[in-house]
Amino acid sequence: MIAIIDYGMGNLRSVEKALQSLGADCSILSRPRALDRYTGVILPGVGAFGDAMVNLRREGWVEWIRDTVDTGIPFLGICLGLQLLFSWSEEGDGAEGLGIVPGRVIKFPPAVGIIPHMGWNQLKIASDTPLLAGVDRDSYVYFVHSYYVVPDQAEVIAATTDYGIDFVSAIAKDSIYGLQFHPEKSQAVGLKILKNFLNLCAGKQITEHSAFGATS
Amino acid sequence: MLAKRIIPCLDVKDGRVVKGVNFVGLRDAGDPVEQAKFYEKEGADELVFLDITASSDRRKTIIDLAQRTADQVFMPFTIGGGIRELDDIRAILRAGADKISINTAAILNPDLIGRASARFGAQCIVVAIDAKRKGESWEVFTHGGRNPIGRDAIEWAREAEERGAGEILLTSMDGDGTLKGYDLELTRAIARAVNIPVIASGGVGTLEDLYDGIVIGEAQAVLAASIFHFRTYSIREAKDYLRKRGVAVRS
Repeated sequence: MIAIIDYGMGNLRSVEKALQSLGADCSILSRPRALDRYTGVILPGVGAFGDAMVNLRREGWVEWIRDTVDTGIPFLGICLGLQLLFSWSEEGDGAEGLGIVPGRVIKFPPAVGIIPHMGWNQLKIASDTPLLAGVDRDSYVYFVHSYYVVPDQAEVIAATTDYGIDFVSAIAKDSIYGLQFHPEKSQAVGLKILKNFLNLCAGKQITEHSAFGATS
Repeated sequence: MLAKRIIPCLDVKDGRVVKGVNFVGLRDAGDPVEQAKFYEKEGADELVFLDITASSDRRKTIIDLAQRTADQVFMPFTIGGGIRELDDIRAILRAGADKISINTAAILNPDLIGRASARFGAQCIVVAIDAKRKGESWEVFTHGGRNPIGRDAIEWAREAEERGAGEILLTSMDGDGTLKGYDLELTRAIARAVNIPVIASGGVGTLEDLYDGIVIGEAQAVLAASIFHFRTYSIREAKDYLRKRGVAVRS
């Protein structure tokens, strides 16, 4: 079962439907629940960073998300959900994030032209993360955002995208994944990436079984 | 590189597509969701549904449309037409729409732009502007193009951006339905006046019109209804044409 975190920040239905179309069991959670039921967790979301953190704290999600990550359950942040993983965002008056991935979230400089960065842009895949397995180089995916993440550690960068500047459009670190674009809105390419995530979630179960003696 | 977007627009009334056309292979060509799926397969980058339902249960039909589309179509879509309040916006976004577009309500109640933008994010608030040439400038019309309001379109576009709009959907009323091409001067004037994406609309008859809207009009996206709807051109043909002429489009 895949948990989709509902913390009052936007369109969860599209994520749910995309996962269901891939045959996944998923459940939208508006409160933290016992973690052992879930093989994967998705943090979607659009809207303001500061409001999102307020909502996450109020409902007790912050600890739950940390537990998820500590347990090694695959975790996928989408759009704002990716940004929230970072230490700090300059959006609004500035706000602290979950601090799970060291780095900051900053706004596109005016020099890039039109903000938000909205529409279909290309992925330059930077690592061999299983999340992007089978995704062709320069594939188009759908973006809508004005801020982007700047990880402290270059190793977490899974893909970048060119919008006047090269920004980080996907990260992968242990069991933590993040996408700045919307896979649930990126047609076949997006569904492929979500399918990869589901495979990772299924792999987590296999790993657990292998601990009981199955061959790897 | 960010691709220029091709956006088919569907006029919907009482949950049905207004212009009846033979879409080969669709079970129910009048069903907006069937058409949306068709356009998705063809490679459309986004969709806009313009709801022109007049009856009192319009809100219910719009929400139903948003839900059914989100269930089956994995690309961004916008719903516009008759949206008046924050509650309407919340319900439509929750149902699965990516953006809403407001026109008359934004003029009558400009605070709505800021409140909606603060609440749901600028990225999902599209302000639609219907403009008509008047001498050397363009005047804004409301109520589906019926009422002139004596405001300058460029000025209003700037104000909409300041108030928190994430995108402008600009329709030239002089061009709309004529198949003579976008009002390129208007499109460029607005595109240069704001720092948010502008979608050109109104008047497309040929693929060259799409090219002109992007290259001369400087629009980030081009919207068309008739040429796609009546199958004069497919989305694929439009993209192939634009690509050949050097415009970045998504393959």
